[in-house]
Amino acid sequence: MKSDIILSGVGGQGILSIAATIGLAAVDNNLFLKQAEVHGMSQRGGDVQSHLRLSDKPVASDLIPYGKADLILSVEPMESLRYLPWLSKSGWLVTNSNPFINITDYPPLDEILSEIKKIKNHIIIDADAIAKECGSVRSGNLVILGAASPFIDMPYESLENAIRKLFGRKGEEIVEINLKALRAGRNYSNDLKI
Amino acid sequence: MNRLLLLGDEAIAQAALDAGLSGMYAYPGTPSTEIMEYIQSSKDAAERKVRRDWSCNEKTAMEAALGMSYAGKRSMVAMKHVGLNVAADGFINSAMTGVNGGLIVVSADDPSMHSSQNEQDSRFYGKFASVPCFEPSNQQEAYDMIFDAFEASEKYKVPILFRITTRLAHSRANVELRDALPERKLSLPPDPLQFVLLPAIARKKYKGLLSSYESLKYDIRLSKYNSFKDGSKRELGIIACGIAYNYLMENISEETNQIPVLKISAYPFPPDLIREITSRCNEVLVLEEGAPIVEEALRGILDNGIKIFGRLDGTVPRDGELNPSIVAKALGLPVTYGEAVPSIVKMRPPSFCKGCGHADMFDSLIEAINSYGPGRVFSDIGCYTLGALPPYSAINSCVDMGASVTMAIGADDAGLFPSVAVIGDSTFTHSGMTGLLDAVVKNSKITVIISDNSTTGMTGGQQSQATGRLVQICEGIGVIMEHIRVMVPLRRNHEENVRIMKEEFDYKGVSVIIAMRECIQTASKRKKSED
Ligand SMILES: Cc1ncc(C[n+]2csc(CCOP(=O)(O)OP(=O)(O)O)c2C)c(N)n1
Repeated sequence: MKSDIILSGVGGQGILSIAATIGLAAVDNNLFLKQAEVHGMSQRGGDVQSHLRLSDKPVASDLIPYGKADLILSVEPMESLRYLPWLSKSGWLVTNSNPFINITDYPPLDEILSEIKKIKNHIIIDADAIAKECGSVRSGNLVILGAASPFIDMPYESLENAIRKLFGRKGEEIVEINLKALRAGRNYSNDLKI
Repeated sequence: MNRLLLLGDEAIAQAALDAGLSGMYAYPGTPSTEIMEYIQSSKDAAERKVRRDWSCNEKTAMEAALGMSYAGKRSMVAMKHVGLNVAADGFINSAMTGVNGGLIVVSADDPSMHSSQNEQDSRFYGKFASVPCFEPSNQQEAYDMIFDAFEASEKYKVPILFRITTRLAHSRANVELRDALPERKLSLPPDPLQFVLLPAIARKKYKGLLSSYESLKYDIRLSKYNSFKDGSKRELGIIACGIAYNYLMENISEETNQIPVLKISAYPFPPDLIREITSRCNEVLVLEEGAPIVEEALRGILDNGIKIFGRLDGTVPRDGELNPSIVAKALGLPVTYGEAVPSIVKMRPPSFCKGCGHADMFDSLIEAINSYGPGRVFSDIGCYTLGALPPYSAINSCVDMGASVTMAIGADDAGLFPSVAVIGDSTFTHSGMTGLLDAVVKNSKITVIISDNSTTGMTGGQQSQATGRLVQICEGIGVIMEHIRVMVPLRRNHEENVRIMKEEFDYKGVSVIIAMRECIQTASKRKKSED
């Protein structure tokens, strides 16, 4: 088993919390894990990515080779395209549809979406709206993780457990909202009948 | 067994704690910052009262660590690669004095310059100072090596250079921990003259240092960190240093696992093992993250030995970070890319946070300097360096910590008026204060704007030594009180701030403007933790 995942977004959007959730779940499943993060300058509103590699065998490289990623999980649509050279031909691209516009030359959203739709395996999800329905816009990242979860080779329950562990300190209510968000994302992908 | 998911930086920090560390010294700098941060938030370190305060700069950190070593205890100092330039005087002379308690100097390199001005390779400094240099290939090895590095430091009585690069520093993996060792007791160096580098003493010590460096070549080789794995193939052999070894392993398959491989993770590198691999193979590929140090040594000037592939002949790009795909290509393996990045994807450079005080300071500065003409603002390194980018395009230099003040002095000497320096609060106490004293003594006609967000922002909001002290410091250095102006960079103060700036630009002497407003990131973190 191996899952090579690229997480992408904009500095400040919290992709490292997604990484932490998957990482914790991987540890629970006794998987080997390497997770290369971006710290430093780019965290100030620049493009950020994290390479997350899970495997039942030891992982050598901290970085995913080109063309080998099984999944791009992006919390921002334009950022999902930046890492296409890493995505394998059979890989999945799962992205939030809501742009984060902090540059003046941000391209028109419909052009971005049509580029994403050219990728054979893609899921575009309005994570912000779904998160709101679940009780908090702040759980949008977990909606996207839920939508990507069918393509991560781990039992779904281990992601739920990781959320319980990570958010337990913040109280039962937050945990419930986050679990609901994760489930809503999961259902969204499952309903697409892919 | 205790297992933790740790960044390379954190593995180093945890290892140092487990190896009986008594003092950790550092100035923040990507990608090294998390070493100190981990130790500062460690319960174990707090209970044991391990010393773990930020220093003004890398030099003061280096010397404090040496003082801890003098007193017989194990200490560590961490910095980014360019920090070692700042600490170099202390570092190189600490090789001359030698140590008492074990001393590790961690230098974190940033090939590809993700967050840096250059991509210098710290391994040069190991040779420069004639001290051993360790270069772990992964998180577990980083953890284990720290124990051996402390032991080697105490055995050879030298500081150990510990070189890592961005990918290892900022990548997480499982690390198995060992049982913790006790701290060492206070003990003075047996020779009271050990740390006295008077020429007569230094000459003797230098001979000792040189011969111990020679013998290290044959001893470190024995260490488990340099290893030769023979294979049945006789064409190509591979030498892989530090993290390059991981990228090599990523590409090793049944087809390629009979290639002889020499892994180097400790320097001075082992001549015997190098002879062994080069005598078996017709060709050798050298993979190293950073400069082609091993490759250059192998080639020498004549380069008339066996065929060598590496960064110098273009098999591997001459600069920049390695990755598994680059290594695959160097091995002649196919690399398949996914789809190309569509042309509509735009660059997204880092930018000021919404509501950042630096941005308001720049708005006023741009208006105030406008009438004097372009090219007059020297700046420095920090979040405020983002003022170089549009829409601001407000600064004309960013070189090394503190250079804004001193370059303004030189430009003023040359007749550029006004010469303005824009520097952050932490950068000012790192290396700006001495330049300001130069300016005061010679009465340069410069204005120094200290953009004080009361934190070390760029590296994630560490304590700034300057906080609450800037006015006193500038007054103490000798700037006239009327020309130390404090302002709050807020939209609503814009007109007044422009006026203050213009007044000080016109002043024919040294003036300091302190634009003071807390970083919105640290302010919101603080509020959250107070809730
Ligand atoms: C010699 C050296 N040490 C450390 C760094 C890393 N570094 C770059 S900017 C910065 C923070 C500067 O803080 P401050 O001057 O307060 O500016 P701010 O980022 O808060 O605006 C640091 C530590 C460096 N580039 N060079």
